[in-house]
Amino acid sequence: MSAEHNDTPVAQPESFAFTAENLEKARYHIAKYPPGRQASAVLPLLDLAQRQHDNWLPRAAMDTVADILEMPRIRVYEVATFYSMFNLRPVGKYFLQLCTTTPCWLRGSDAVVETCKHKLGIDIGEITPDGKFSMMEVECLGACVNAPVIQVNDDFYEDLDAASTEALLDALANDRPPPMGPAVKRQNAAPISGRTTLLSDPTQRQPAGTAPAGDPNAA
Amino acid sequence: MPKLTIDGIEVEVPPGTTVLQACQRAGVEVPHFCYHERLQIAGNCRMCLVEQEKAPKPIASCAMPAADNMVIHTDSEKAKKARKGVMEFLLINHPLDCPICDQGGECDLQDQAMAYGFDRGRFEENKRAVKDKDFGPLVKTSMNRCIHCTRCVRFATEIAGVEELGATGRGESMEIGTYVQKALTSELSGNIIDLCPVGALTSKPYAFVARPWELRKTESVDALDAVGSSIRVDARGAAVLRILPRLNEDVNEEWISDKTRFAVDGLGHRRLDRPYVRVGGKLAPASWGDAFNAIAEGFGKLPGGKIAALAGDLVDVEAMLALKELMLSLGSANIDCRQDGAKLDPASRASYLFNTTIAGIEEADVCLLIGTDPRWEAPLVNARLRKRYLRGGFKIAAIGPTLDLTFPVVQLGLGPEVLDDLAGANHSWGDVLKGAKKPMLILGMGALARADGAQILAAARRLAESTGMVRDDWNGFNVLHTAAARVGGLDIGFVPGPGGRDRDAILAGCESGEIGAVYLLGADEIDMSRLGRAFVVYQGHHGDAGAKRADVVLPGAAYTEKDGLYVNTEGRVQAARRAGFPPGEAREDWAILRALSDVLGHKLPYDSLRELRQRLMSAYPSFAEIDGIVAASWGAFGVEGAMEPVPFIYPIADFYLTDPISRASPTMAQCSAVYWAARNTPAKTGTNG
Amino acid sequence: MLRDEDRIFTNLYGEHDWHLPGALARGDWDGTKEFILKGRDWIVEQVKSSGLRGRGGAGFPTGLKWSFMPKQSDRPTYLVVNADESEPGTCKDRDIIRFDPQKLIEGCLLASVGMGAGACYIYIRGEFYNEARHLQTAIEEAYAAGLVGKNACGSGYDFEIYLHRGAGAYICGEETALLESLEGRKGQPRLKPPFPAGVGLYGCPTTVNNVESIAVVGTILRRGAAWFAGIGRPKNEGTKVFCLSGHVNTPCNVEEAMGIPLRELIEKHGGGVRGGWDNLLGVIPGGSSVPVIPRSICDTVLMDFDALRDVKSGLGTAAVIVMDKSTDIIKAIARLAKFYKHESCGQCTPCREGTGWMWRVMERMVKGNATVGEIDMLLEVSFEIEGHTICALGDAAAWPIQGLIRHFRPEMEQRIKQYRDVAPRVAAE
Repeated sequence: MSAEHNDTPVAQPESFAFTAENLEKARYHIAKYPPGRQASAVLPLLDLAQRQHDNWLPRAAMDTVADILEMPRIRVYEVATFYSMFNLRPVGKYFLQLCTTTPCWLRGSDAVVETCKHKLGIDIGEITPDGKFSMMEVECLGACVNAPVIQVNDDFYEDLDAASTEALLDALANDRPPPMGPAVKRQNAAPISGRTTLLSDPTQRQPAGTAPAGDPNAA
Repeated sequence: MPKLTIDGIEVEVPPGTTVLQACQRAGVEVPHFCYHERLQIAGNCRMCLVEQEKAPKPIASCAMPAADNMVIHTDSEKAKKARKGVMEFLLINHPLDCPICDQGGECDLQDQAMAYGFDRGRFEENKRAVKDKDFGPLVKTSMNRCIHCTRCVRFATEIAGVEELGATGRGESMEIGTYVQKALTSELSGNIIDLCPVGALTSKPYAFVARPWELRKTESVDALDAVGSSIRVDARGAAVLRILPRLNEDVNEEWISDKTRFAVDGLGHRRLDRPYVRVGGKLAPASWGDAFNAIAEGFGKLPGGKIAALAGDLVDVEAMLALKELMLSLGSANIDCRQDGAKLDPASRASYLFNTTIAGIEEADVCLLIGTDPRWEAPLVNARLRKRYLRGGFKIAAIGPTLDLTFPVVQLGLGPEVLDDLAGANHSWGDVLKGAKKPMLILGMGALARADGAQILAAARRLAESTGMVRDDWNGFNVLHTAAARVGGLDIGFVPGPGGRDRDAILAGCESGEIGAVYLLGADEIDMSRLGRAFVVYQGHHGDAGAKRADVVLPGAAYTEKDGLYVNTEGRVQAARRAGFPPGEAREDWAILRALSDVLGHKLPYDSLRELRQRLMSAYPSFAEIDGIVAASWGAFGVEGAMEPVPFIYPIADFYLTDPISRASPTMAQCSAVYWAARNTPAKTGTNG
Repeated sequence: MLRDEDRIFTNLYGEHDWHLPGALARGDWDGTKEFILKGRDWIVEQVKSSGLRGRGGAGFPTGLKWSFMPKQSDRPTYLVVNADESEPGTCKDRDIIRFDPQKLIEGCLLASVGMGAGACYIYIRGEFYNEARHLQTAIEEAYAAGLVGKNACGSGYDFEIYLHRGAGAYICGEETALLESLEGRKGQPRLKPPFPAGVGLYGCPTTVNNVESIAVVGTILRRGAAWFAGIGRPKNEGTKVFCLSGHVNTPCNVEEAMGIPLRELIEKHGGGVRGGWDNLLGVIPGGSSVPVIPRSICDTVLMDFDALRDVKSGLGTAAVIVMDKSTDIIKAIARLAKFYKHESCGQCTPCREGTGWMWRVMERMVKGNATVGEIDMLLEVSFEIEGHTICALGDAAAWPIQGLIRHFRPEMEQRIKQYRDVAPRVAAE
């Protein structure tokens, strides 16, 4: 949770250790980088630790990662506080990351945010008493043609409005997460009214040296 | 050699020079905050932006390599505008609390704001509030003032070698700190106060004590270890208020240890400010005359062979010479300046010097530490070793218990037996030493201050000779001293004369009654219980172990209160200068001895320090060269013989409490409690609570 | 309008199989071995003459960039692919990665041959978790088929490719910040010089390219450089994936010819501006970093690097953010100011301090709680940031505000006047 120096203390666990399975994954990540460059694996390992620890990263986990990668702890603290995806305090089972950057805002992210606040009874940065939901405002998630977008844990829910947001929250409350993607009937990033391009069979290959279609110079 | 034009001045600079350095060479000052010549370039403050012709935007001169035909303008409209903008940004979130800021008067931001700042602010928003951090008892933080130049982070990472400081968070929420609330565990931490260009990091003990313009500044040298760091002593009235480093490339560059800097408050505590004479078992205040008469009583009746003198760790050379000559005139050869019992051999100067020199460490490629823990015995030597290590191609090994240095060390063994192994044919590290271009060894008091010290000295000499450490162009044999007075004492032969007793024999004589009177010149580190029933005179500045045992106490001057010569571990003769007067009736030490000699009927033949120094220099020509180094010639030294296979014990029991001054310092006591206790307390377990 | 035959990303909408068999059926990996065997210089020459300019925003000629890599190196040499797509408005790489990943992987191999790189790291933004899973699977499929790895495609060329996930930082899209991040540090941009081609990843020669720039290489080599160069205008050649977001009737990604008129792009693929073309207020034509252009310019401007530069904006990532007349343009830009404040790495002074200052002033401007003089001050502050920072984020934060003031100053003044009119009354009540 970058840019945040929240002073309310968080109950930190005394220690953290990777599970055998995650330790194996950690080794896989470390092996991607040249010998001696194991620090490169700090993001993947912190991510692994966070996934193992209810989607938030306690300091003991940072220390464990530092020790595994033979990095000074302060360097890991710097990393963990710099990147916005590391949650330095507990989050809900469903961690709602609400994009409100201009492209989402233009298409109604205010209504989405309001719906979440109203329905869950919590504000941005808060967690419901039962720990089921927490909310965070995030910057552009990179799905702008499907705005507005909420990322729930790892999954993007797109093309939302107040009603579909409400339906999404209901489904989550019942632990029945709907399939991710557009909430409207739409093929990913294609126009909702139907494709304007790519109407032909894509397996029809173009031979080498073919001039661009419709180029007057080609004739 | 790139040739470039700076504000119309053509300069030629060596390759690798930055534009900022080229500007300095051309005599053009470029303002900057983050840039520091001893730290890696960060380029983050942007204050040093200058205009480069044909470049689309201003360049950060600190980071840009100077290139041929560059045309630089540091004072063009474009450059000035950039600088003014940066200054405005630096100030918008700065509290502008100069009137209550200890940096006031010596603040880069304040100075440069005067030169480049607007005369009024146009920032209407709320200023950022940043929580202060706990950096321990030495460094006070006021993080609202921080301009995020990261000099402190880079210092901790690069020079001090303790990666504990960082910048966490990002953007305008980025904060400098340790993230965990934790004191900075570096013996060099005070240097970040000097490095901080603003008042974010200031001296905690010195908080709100004085303004810089109130201070009288005296250039001097440190006496709390054998490095002899160049310092500036700042005093107001009689009180020494703070000590800062002074640039000396050969010795301490521009750093000093936390003890050198912060033990200063010890100068104001537990001072001996008048003579005392023991009456009915208790020390009672006395006049100088009564004290001298008591000494005449205690010493005068004894033959020379029954009296002895020991010189301590902080004593200036002049005082030792005066005492030596007084003892000789009293017929005693029982003098010793090695109060730790080190088996040093004054006959060969090369045998007790750091011959490589501190700066010379940078040329070495292999280093063997023998019974020494340089981090605590000489933090600036340790810093130089780290500097050499960071450049790469430097191997370091150690003989002695496990070390916690700021660079990796291969531990070869615990005691002197390893020296023989190394000299033998099949030791991998012996081969490393032999294969090195410029190998060096550092022999510490942990190896020499023991019964077989002379044998170890000989073994180290043999190892040095057999591994090519001693050549015409290189001397890799080094002794690392822990006391500022030691080399000077050896240089003037403050050691037993023919038939005389050394420290051990003096103490044994006291116990047996063969020695009837002992003169302790600032000697506090001996086992006072062994002085038996001897009549003891203590001359010194602090009420420490020696004064407690003494029958007569003569109040002397501390190193900041007298002009005195010290010889550092390299053999560099350096002059400490008087920054203030000793308290009360205390006097400069040579003068006390001169006055006493008169009472004892053996008047010393000098009436001024100048005359004393002339005598010193004519008798010991090495003192003619102030601040320089005279290479010592090599010769045989040490005593051949068996060494005990007993592990070395490093000499520093507590870095923060090594001498009468630091032991009197409340700040050092705090450091000892915070740092040293933590170092030496094993982690708590569930069962020992 | 570009014809389907000339579209490179034939599975942009993900209706076909994104796995290797599907990709092979769409022509990926066809003749790759032969291209490799034609050698490094041939590949670079082809890419140079195709006119391909970097698709990540800066538009630097891709082939030229590759040619900066050392011909001989005793150190490892790296291709790093920038898949840290985070520029507001931009979501093109996401669809290449999840629906046409083999195009990217094949491009990585060919580009690596072109620059003599033995290994490639793809740095994907952490939020693209599911996209990363697709890409990871695709990489594994390519390995299993012998297309990458030792003796890639049977060409004798050894090539390793790895996926690296980021963790939430827009700044890591800056190439040197990306390298810092990839090395396990905070994403703080490096000082340049030295440039990555000399001192890049792990201090070794490195080239960083955008996903789209790399993913088009295979098709360029197959169809020929002349084919690609024949699309669009001189120096602005080729096809481009555009992202249409905001107030259009049918937001979408679409691959079109470079230089397509903005109006045609919006009306043909975006279903027109909400409420009709006359309801258009302005367009941010290349992602949040480029200045907004008002309706008058939108009428005629062409969507390529040079045409948009000429109207003091930029093609950027070709992310077209459309705003109709219902938009509070001041708020729209204020939200971008907040974005840059949030994403500033904090390393250098003008950006760390200036982005927060501009955002706070912008927030007041939204309400009108400011003076007219502060509009000029805001502009000045933006100029104090622009060009004075280590990386381009400072410029990117300054430009949207400069664009706002350039084209919508009357709206800002009006807002201030309104606030002044209302505030005393509110205070009186």
